[in-house]
Amino acid sequence: MDLVVNGVRSRVDTDPERPLLWVLRNELDLTGAKYGCGEGQCGACTVLIEGVAHRSCLTPVGSVSGKEITTIEGLADGERLHPLQQAFVDCDAMQCGYCTPGMIMQSAALLRREPSPSEAEIRGELEGNICRCGTQNRIVAAVHKAARSMGAMAKGERRG
Amino acid sequence: MAETILNHSRPLMDRRGFLKSIGGGLVVLFAFDPDAPGQESGSGGPGGAHALPENVAAWLHIAPDGTIEAFTGKVEVGQNIRTSLTQAVADELRCPANAVHLVMGDTARTPWDMGTFGSRTTPTMAPEMRRMASTARETLVDQAARAWGVDRSRLQVESSCVCDKSSGKKASFGELAAKIDWVNVVGKPDYVTPPAEWQVAGKSLPKVNGKEIVSGKHNYASDLKLPGMLYGRVLRPPSFGAKLVSADTAAAAKIPGVTVVRDGDFIGVAATDEQKAQKALLSIDAKWETQPQISARELFPYIKQGAGAGSPDPSSPASGHSLSTTYTVAYIAHVPLEPRAAVAKFEGDKLTVWTGTQRPFGVRGELAAALGTTEDKVRVIMPDMGSGYGGKHSGECAIEAARLARGAGKPVKLIWSREEEFTWAYLRPAGVIDIRSRAAQDGALESWAFDNYMSGPSGLPTPYEVAEKNEHFHQVKSPLREGSYRGLASTANHFARESHMDELAAAAGMDPLAFRLKNLKNERLTAVLKTAAERFGWGKEKSTPTRGFGLACGTEKGGYVGCCAEISIGSGRQLRVERVVSAWDCGAIVNPEHLTNQVEGAIVMGLGGALFEAIDFANGRILNERLSQYRVPRFSDVPRIEVVLIDRKDIPSAGAGETPIVGIAPAIANAIFSSTGLRIRSLPMLPAFRAM
Repeated sequence: MDLVVNGVRSRVDTDPERPLLWVLRNELDLTGAKYGCGEGQCGACTVLIEGVAHRSCLTPVGSVSGKEITTIEGLADGERLHPLQQAFVDCDAMQCGYCTPGMIMQSAALLRREPSPSEAEIRGELEGNICRCGTQNRIVAAVHKAARSMGAMAKGERRG
Repeated sequence: MAETILNHSRPLMDRRGFLKSIGGGLVVLFAFDPDAPGQESGSGGPGGAHALPENVAAWLHIAPDGTIEAFTGKVEVGQNIRTSLTQAVADELRCPANAVHLVMGDTARTPWDMGTFGSRTTPTMAPEMRRMASTARETLVDQAARAWGVDRSRLQVESSCVCDKSSGKKASFGELAAKIDWVNVVGKPDYVTPPAEWQVAGKSLPKVNGKEIVSGKHNYASDLKLPGMLYGRVLRPPSFGAKLVSADTAAAAKIPGVTVVRDGDFIGVAATDEQKAQKALLSIDAKWETQPQISARELFPYIKQGAGAGSPDPSSPASGHSLSTTYTVAYIAHVPLEPRAAVAKFEGDKLTVWTGTQRPFGVRGELAAALGTTEDKVRVIMPDMGSGYGGKHSGECAIEAARLARGAGKPVKLIWSREEEFTWAYLRPAGVIDIRSRAAQDGALESWAFDNYMSGPSGLPTPYEVAEKNEHFHQVKSPLREGSYRGLASTANHFARESHMDELAAAAGMDPLAFRLKNLKNERLTAVLKTAAERFGWGKEKSTPTRGFGLACGTEKGGYVGCCAEISIGSGRQLRVERVVSAWDCGAIVNPEHLTNQVEGAIVMGLGGALFEAIDFANGRILNERLSQYRVPRFSDVPRIEVVLIDRKDIPSAGAGETPIVGIAPAIANAIFSSTGLRIRSLPMLPAFRAM
């Protein structure tokens, strides 16, 4: 089947029932999405499919053939971090960092739908993502910060 | 730069050879007791003669090309010591933090280290790093002074250079190090910068590898892939202690791309992908002999039966307030988001294992013992890992990966499933704590008998002033596998003590804060308690049936915490922690932002064990071995948290990864009491609270 990940099309010969997470990690060497539970409870494996957040550990790879898949590796613009990535660094919104790719991808999905979310909306969106190190409040602050800087960028673009 | 592999059996008996192996330049190493007799085997270079010890804790290398690398056996697990130790080195070298590269936790490249636990990195490794780096700095200054024929007092160190501002002369660290070309052992005197003069430390340097993490580029052990690598799975018994009777692996062996590995009772599979490995595992028909074991509901009576007599009763009261209460804590799991993972590779009889562990050198020993080889044939590398919280001291997964790699003749990666992590790792021990106490009419503590059964002795001694004290830890054989955890039993002991202090305060008709202050002389503990209470607005509002306020304080491992919590109680006993204020003192602050982050994280983690985390078990099985069955704190559980740091530049820095956890559970318990009058004496509290 054809997989389109971060704008790159690859041919993968595998069982269509195999979870996307393991195809990304073991066949395409994209290890940014993490295994944490295998039952969609922790969010460490979150990727975007057509711009919507999905748990790749529960997504059969056959169901996303040809669809646009975005992983944490595809978020930055070359060396320039995505505003969410930069905000996570700026707010020290991580400790071990293992949940971070999933947190960022889930937040990216939120900001696509809602460019300036409330605190309650951010918390609600991320309820299914676990940060065992306990940086939740910093993550909320980082998403706010990213939303502000993306809003400012969008305004700048409109003006320009 | 090329990676240098060192022979660690006797790493530094030959300075020239060592220096050559590392590419020349300047090496400064920190040795335990460098003046110890009986280890002399060479003489020193610049700075005088030194013994050459084998017992090395860390070293620092400035290469001729100016590269600065510091080597430590400590590991990064999310506590941000890669950043804080970098700050220590950069501070002493008067160079930017990004000029320093830390090599950590690699048994072939870094000095031996017992492990990263017990909040020891900041109070021990950081000063050692500072002593090495400051000695390096002064050695570079000596070299420049000699080369230029000037007095060293004229020279300054800045931006990775030594310069003489009056003559305009300047030499880079690399140029100077190339000329020194020697190994220096840290001896006396040292030139360590006092906290009040820190330039790089004491400030909030962001995580040094934060960019790799947010880009998904950081490789955890579970992310590594080697050429030809297979994916492993291991056959597990249906219950603890089950004995293998028979196993038919024929069906598994027939699957193309699958190798079955049997090594005694160990049975595992290695396959060309993880799906095949799982299929092969499920096809194994194994028979086991199991034995009946106790269940969670029998646990606390078991613990008390298994222990000896407690402390004698306090002397009989003349007057005042006597209390006798019992507290219980459940087993809880660490739930590191990255489960145990390892990649093992054999080259001939040499084994290399990449794995997430807090004890790479300990795991090297475990591997050598399990595989019947010697430690010099085993290398353990620990990539910065997806957290541990005291839960990754051991090397089970590394051993299993190595057995699979040996059996399959190819490199093997093994990632434990979440269910395996819950079941086959180890737990924070459960326990029972009895306290009998008496306070005088005026609230002064008179006697204190404290008995901890099974959960542990950490944080057991009371910091309060009391004349008659009997405090004991009673060991009991744990029915489940137990081990370290963030703060160890300090959480349980503080929960019991600080709950009981609240009960005594109520019995004496005193405000909980006033009662504690009356019985405290410890200056630092008093300061954090008062600071937290003040910032929280303690006493400004009265508790109501839907809103409660509680406080607690504690100290352990050189850290002092005062903690206040505000809770809300909705219909159906819906309890939420709304706000927490925590005041924290661990001496001189190394990185305020990361320290705040640690304190916040400890509060969130402590909140889980306080309210809802508990391992359920029966007959040798963990019954809630999934995240859908075992709740850990989520966004909706996390309160507003305000951390107040007290910076004591006059006191050496202690570690901060653990002790901030101890205040939250009792603060919540006391807030529940203030609101409802209900006293919850069990961790986690929600089940009991809802049942009351």
